[in-house]
Amino acid sequence: MSTSVTAPAPAPAPAEQPRPRGGVPWAHLLRLLAIVLGVVVVLIPVYVLLITSFKGPGDASSARAWALPQDWTFSNWAVAWEALAPSIGRSMQIVVPSTIVSAMLGCMNGFVLSRWRFPGADIVFTLILFGMFLPYQAVMIPLMQMLLAVGVPNGVASLILLHVVFGIPITTLIFRNYFESVPHELIESSTMDGAGMLRTFWHIALPLAIPGFVVVLIWQFTNAWNDFLFAVFFSSPANGPVTLALNNLANGALLANYGVSMAGAVLASLPTLLVYILLSKYFLAGLMQGSVKG
Amino acid sequence: MKKLVGHYGAPLLMILPSILLIGIFVYGLLGVNFWTSMTDNHSAAQASGRKPVAFVGLTNYIELLLTEDFRHSLANLVLFTVTFLVGAMAMGFLWAWLLERPLRGGRLFQTIYLFPMAVSFVASGVVWRWLLNSNQGENASGLNRLFQMVGLDFLQNPWWNNITFGIVAIALPAIWQLSGYVMALFLAGFRGVPDELREAARMDGASEWQVYRMVIFPQLTPVLMSAIVIIAHMSLKSFDLIMSISSAAAYQTKVPAVDMFLFKSGFDYANSAAVGAFLLIIIAFLIVPYLVQQHRSRTR
Repeated sequence: MSTSVTAPAPAPAPAEQPRPRGGVPWAHLLRLLAIVLGVVVVLIPVYVLLITSFKGPGDASSARAWALPQDWTFSNWAVAWEALAPSIGRSMQIVVPSTIVSAMLGCMNGFVLSRWRFPGADIVFTLILFGMFLPYQAVMIPLMQMLLAVGVPNGVASLILLHVVFGIPITTLIFRNYFESVPHELIESSTMDGAGMLRTFWHIALPLAIPGFVVVLIWQFTNAWNDFLFAVFFSSPANGPVTLALNNLANGALLANYGVSMAGAVLASLPTLLVYILLSKYFLAGLMQGSVKG
Repeated sequence: MKKLVGHYGAPLLMILPSILLIGIFVYGLLGVNFWTSMTDNHSAAQASGRKPVAFVGLTNYIELLLTEDFRHSLANLVLFTVTFLVGAMAMGFLWAWLLERPLRGGRLFQTIYLFPMAVSFVASGVVWRWLLNSNQGENASGLNRLFQMVGLDFLQNPWWNNITFGIVAIALPAIWQLSGYVMALFLAGFRGVPDELREAARMDGASEWQVYRMVIFPQLTPVLMSAIVIIAHMSLKSFDLIMSISSAAAYQTKVPAVDMFLFKSGFDYANSAAVGAFLLIIIAFLIVPYLVQQHRSRTR
């Protein structure tokens, strides 16, 4: 029996009796230590973000960069809220409808592509999937010209359209994987009774797909909320989403005031963080489901 | 005919909107972009249609490659991608490995490791710009100050302000944000290994390390490939993080995605489109084999 364990790997043990999973105590301890160290590293930026957002202008000096605030102040938060509130509203106007529509389209695609083996179905699926990896930079110039030509107004409307279109590949992938994992009999039984595809979709598949919807909604909400590239190209700080406003705030007149930009960064992240914390179970499941299996 | 409509009508109706949208917005626009990239559309007058544009073939591509400026962007892109990829893979794998076996509070740790990915690059850029502040010595803040406080002064450096390697500093926040995602992928991979396989290996007298090496790691290869493809393609089109930590004008941290934005801002649509096409070509080298392989495994 070798005992040359260097990493926090569980020590090898003879297989004579069921031992507690996790190995011998010291290996377990080492593993825990490594995990906690990782947590500290991950949370360092959060610490900085939070303490700085409560510091007054004088307090945020470099000498006290890592210290807690001397006098806790909420004024940064008030200033940041004032600057970001309208764009947070606009982000909601953009993200909610585009998430719902792209989820619906993805659900229909996923259903059809997993149930209907028409010739070339896999090619169609692969061609749609490519949109997931498309560098948007490679369509940006013609996209601008096209939206200008058809007169889609700058800002909210064009961003809704773009998030719907470019959300299709990932929502299709997630729903296709989802429907593949649903037992065929559940859906087949209805087709046997003579119901058409549309009716089967509406009455059987859609209710069945609710867990898939949860995953897709989280994913699309986060993606669209965090988008910056489309925001920069197709809106201005005056009519754009919160990422653009935040970037403007952090680079703008209040440049020297780290407290305000950090409070703003927290505010701009709250919706996705909330979605994430409330639904982290599904978020994790969705990540695994959506991207591991092609 | 009626039978055909009855059979194909409904499903076609359901996927047609998406196919049209993807056809136009992805493939159609890619075509137009290639066309634009091969014209002499370099001025505001041409961009607005007041002056004619002419076809110039691959001239823009060649000229871009001949400028030191663009080569610097490509070099930055390589440095950034290698750092980001290696870092995120290593961290993500380590975390997944640490959390793979059941552990009290394991769920909480997973949640913490994963949370940065819910935050936008723009928001995390705000705090990372401060952490990666280039001031040293008396004026040091951010990580440089932290190093000073714990007596690791030699670690102080100008971060992203270094001309050659500054871009590597920007990969740190990228690793911070995406390691949790890689962890989730690997966790899914670990879960996919049936317990019976592990038990069987243990029964055969394999040490715990051997179980990993002979049974579990080989099963993780598909996950590793997916993770590499996902992170690498994200890295190649990185834009938000660089823009929010540094700035579009900063030479030391520019990459093709930033060049593309700058050319567009200067109404140089042809070069902007050419840079976008470069990105597509680079990413295609990574993605097309991946998609083909995925397609094969689906149809097999």
